[in-house]
Amino acid sequence: MSNPYLPVEAKILSFKDETDIDRTYRIKCDIPVNGGQFFQVSLPGAGEAPISISDFNEDSVDLTIRNVGKLTTEIFKLKVGDKLFIRGPYGNGFNLAGLENKKLIVIAGGTGLAPVKNVINHFCKNRDKLKSFDLILGFKSPEDILFSKEIERWKSLIDVILTVDKGEKSWKGDTGLVTEYIKTLGIEAGPDYSVIVVGPPVMIKFTTMELLKNGISENQIIISLERNMSCGIGKCGHCKIDSRYVCLDGPVFDYIQAKNLID
Amino acid sequence: MGYRLKPKYFDDVLSALSKHYDIMAPALMPFETRHSAQEVVGYRKIESLKEIVVDKKTFFSPKEILFPPRETMFYFTDSKIRESEYEEKNKIILLRTCDLNGIERLKNMFLNNGDVKDNYFKRRFESTKFWLIECDDGFDSCFCASMNSNKADSYSTAIKFTEEDILVDSNDNMFSELFKSYGVEEDYKVSFIEKNKLEVKVPLSENINPAVFEHDIWQEYIKRCIACGRCNTSCISCSCFTTHDIIYDDNKRRGERRRVWAGCHLDNFSIMAGGHDYRTKNGERMRFKTMHKIYDYHKRFGKHMCVGCGRCDDVCPEYISFSKCINKLYDIIEKENDK
Ligand code: SF4
Ligand code: SF4
Ligand code: FES
Repeated sequence: MSNPYLPVEAKILSFKDETDIDRTYRIKCDIPVNGGQFFQVSLPGAGEAPISISDFNEDSVDLTIRNVGKLTTEIFKLKVGDKLFIRGPYGNGFNLAGLENKKLIVIAGGTGLAPVKNVINHFCKNRDKLKSFDLILGFKSPEDILFSKEIERWKSLIDVILTVDKGEKSWKGDTGLVTEYIKTLGIEAGPDYSVIVVGPPVMIKFTTMELLKNGISENQIIISLERNMSCGIGKCGHCKIDSRYVCLDGPVFDYIQAKNLID
Repeated sequence: MGYRLKPKYFDDVLSALSKHYDIMAPALMPFETRHSAQEVVGYRKIESLKEIVVDKKTFFSPKEILFPPRETMFYFTDSKIRESEYEEKNKIILLRTCDLNGIERLKNMFLNNGDVKDNYFKRRFESTKFWLIECDDGFDSCFCASMNSNKADSYSTAIKFTEEDILVDSNDNMFSELFKSYGVEEDYKVSFIEKNKLEVKVPLSENINPAVFEHDIWQEYIKRCIACGRCNTSCISCSCFTTHDIIYDDNKRRGERRRVWAGCHLDNFSIMAGGHDYRTKNGERMRFKTMHKIYDYHKRFGKHMCVGCGRCDDVCPEYISFSKCINKLYDIIEKENDK
């Protein structure tokens, strides 16, 4: 009988420090994945945790990991050539085809950028498949900015607002919450918009409120939820909200569906 | 077919079957808490009729036979993974209608929630036969009829324990020959309870609205519930678990990944990496459990998760009554609806 809980080995091809506590590992993996899906990543002896896929190509997957606990501390000790253990991918991920020919706005807060990074890269490469493309990225401070090199590249291709909640004097860029920048997008209510919002729960809440005020309708908003997934396959119950399981029915939800889900 | 068996012949049937099956039934077992050692009725392997207890409800449900409180998922040595072996004997579980329905509820989660099946549950479930114990008039805290769990048909054999004899109704070829050779044919068909002493009114799904989630009714549980999780562990339909890695030997990194029961009333159930917890107040947890038992699960699977076994009421050290909670909720919702 096949056992869905057994992880497989995945070799670390390279890694890159994003911030003091965030690191992106590129692992060898040719399992087909979608942006927005996640793997259950583990090290035998240290435990297992859900990690979203920040990017991928045919034979590798990027996992951006924040060092916040026992497992991640152990993972951060690994070197290139060492192995991680993975199961997955799990969850639905973003439906790229459904976003084509839209005026796409992506609003990401903090580590919420990781699950949506592949979507951004995809449409930067296929810019002609969108009517317009705006990006608002928010981080706590300049030190918390993830994927800074890539953000620079995006800036050369599309309109990007990069803001930090609080910056030292040396920070020359924008400051303030992502919500403050929504009105600068000049949204003209219309059927073509799709807005992806990813980030911590409060950020999602206030961002959607602001979007609605600016002419976006509820059915144009897509969000991705973070929960404490454990099994990834609809068994352990940890990710249940209302009658939905984030690991099966999400993590990507239409806002219309998600707004009535109460934890 | 129905049969009547004398106790000593029923014992012969049990001992004949014991060669191939572990027969699990309600029986007295030692139970130690921090404060006392006593005997409670629980599930264990039995060999004879006299061990079976039918005049009391089991304190723990039979779910632990199919879904043990703690289970090795696999072993690892120096990062090499080895699956745990399954060496258990086939089983017969003697259980009541509510619990058989409860096991159907577990089955929905483990086998039918998403495309992937839980192999650990599956192999146990598939090697188990269910023998239904007919209820006379149930126990004080039972409310199976209110939950539509007072009837079942997925049993292999039904049994009625009478003062003198044992009546069985078996359509299972595995057993009917045996009953036939040890008993006499009799026209027995299992009957079900139609009404419990306790009646619980379950609010209609379509009347439940987001306002109910914020209602004051949950406030009282913030203080009263001590988050001991007993209501979860005793519940036949609670199926949540968490996995842990255990190291036996640090040098060689030898150990196992195991899963253990988890419960929505316990601390740490809804905590995320980084520390955010979705439900910190015990009132919120009571609300979460209640809604799952009588609303969310039904939306997903078409049946209520709670089967009305009443064990959560029996075991709560703070005398919190789930059945009362559902009734209170009903009154609030119906009142709202009348407006
Ligand atoms: S919620 Fe209570 S009454 Fe319902 S099945 Fe669970 S233990 Fe039994
Ligand atoms: S058994 Fe009672 S006190 Fe314990 S968690 Fe359940 S409701 Fe709370
Ligand atoms: S992560 Fe276990 S049910 Fe979703």
